[in-house]
Amino acid sequence: MSHSITTIGVCGGGGTMGAGIAIVAARAGFKTISYDRSPDSLASARKQTSQFFDKSVERGKMKPELRDEALARLTITSDIAELGACDLVIEAVFEELGVKHALLKQLDEVCPDHTIYASNTSTLSITEIASGSKRPHNVVGMHFCLPAQLMKLVEMSAGILTSPETFKTAWALTEQLGQIPVETRDDPGFILNALLVPFNNDAIRAVEAGVAEAGDIDKAIKVGLGYKMGPLELIDLIGLDTQIRLCEAFYGVTLDPRASAPPLLRRMVAAGLTGRKSGRGFFNYGSNAMFGA
Amino acid sequence: MQENPTNSNPANTNPANTHSIPYAVLGTSRISFPDNDPFHASATLATEAEIMVYLGYPHLEDHSKRAILVELDTECLGELTGEHLGEEGSNILGFARYRNGTDDPSPLVELVKQKNSRPEAIAAAIALFEAAGLQVAVCNDHLGRIIDRLVRPKYNAALRFLDEGRATQKDLDLTCKLGLGYPDGPVERVVRGGLVHHYHITTVLFEGTGASGYAPARRAIVAAKRERN
Repeated sequence: MSHSITTIGVCGGGGTMGAGIAIVAARAGFKTISYDRSPDSLASARKQTSQFFDKSVERGKMKPELRDEALARLTITSDIAELGACDLVIEAVFEELGVKHALLKQLDEVCPDHTIYASNTSTLSITEIASGSKRPHNVVGMHFCLPAQLMKLVEMSAGILTSPETFKTAWALTEQLGQIPVETRDDPGFILNALLVPFNNDAIRAVEAGVAEAGDIDKAIKVGLGYKMGPLELIDLIGLDTQIRLCEAFYGVTLDPRASAPPLLRRMVAAGLTGRKSGRGFFNYGSNAMFGA
Repeated sequence: MQENPTNSNPANTNPANTHSIPYAVLGTSRISFPDNDPFHASATLATEAEIMVYLGYPHLEDHSKRAILVELDTECLGELTGEHLGEEGSNILGFARYRNGTDDPSPLVELVKQKNSRPEAIAAAIALFEAAGLQVAVCNDHLGRIIDRLVRPKYNAALRFLDEGRATQKDLDLTCKLGLGYPDGPVERVVRGGLVHHYHITTVLFEGTGASGYAPARRAIVAAKRERN
């Protein structure tokens, strides 16, 4: 039986993705409970959320009273029992199956039977994640893009045991949130990462093979194809260490040679060149370079 | 490592007074410069040219010229110049203005060099194309150069996802546009450029590299067979 959704929980609300999803939910008019085990991370996220809404008001994208209402709808907690009030919980915790299973086990204990569990995973199988719950029919994939508060796309996927009702309700909710859902099968990387991770690896291999310098590769892609960012600049932004983790997640289940981590990527990470966050990756950024500067 | 990607190619920032380099164009372009392209209007006579631009035309060696630029399709520059155990290179360079099949040519020129290509020839070629309002990415003599080497496996994957029912064409393309900021999605782009065109490029890449990612997608094979029939 379908329940209308009035209260949304976000697990991992102290992280970048979780905080962004909480903004989306509160902004769309839902009572939102942001949960994280770390009170400090939650407090920091709450502050950043407030600043984000202030900026929206400054830029004329939001009326001051709507900002105040959105902030009033958003509460933070480190007590998972408070998620018992939620009709739908979106998890954005660490991308590790054991971590997600442990969370679902806790949610099963505190949430009512009708609560939908949505996973923001970008690499793991929805079906495998759902196997950690006693209610796999209530589990659905809702992959937001970073930064969630700005990007409209949500990749939605049903696991093998996801009920049609769960998927339908989650789809309708995504639209109510003001997002744009696309349906994809529960396959590794869904659409976005399944295309992007091997493509980025191919760009690294082109550098490794001496096809061209990194700058020429990115320039060709931007000028020739109209992409906003070249693949190597994007990897620097994502983090070369994160790219390795993505490769390991995909190659392990697909055995697609394009998904395997290129040796140059591993060597660069070993040398501490993890991208923008370290000041050096495929490009040199200097200590205080602003993104896109 | 390179400096910030917004200014990646030092040669691009130091054009060698390009407007004054006389160039001649010989032949009819297969890809880069259709007959009505303004690039032809500024060309001069071959006897007065310092740079020779050969479009789909057997090139002539001429060491007195600053650069000999030979348009490439899917072939390597080495096929035209001959190769010498990794020590090849002269004033002859390859180039191709990137275009997606039947789409209009993009502003990008992929400039192909060899190990011992003359630096002054490279600088002159960059200057010439930039003076024509184009942008240049320099690459070595590899199959697919930069763009086809990178995008063709992605198009193959997108076509395979469509076959496997991972998502609809609309959702595949919409995901890339919304999630990655692409101006168009991979399926609509490869279909617009021509599946037969995609088949020909991936066939060359697959034969030359043996890499499975280049094996032509089923839909491209179907399109090529239908064209033959």
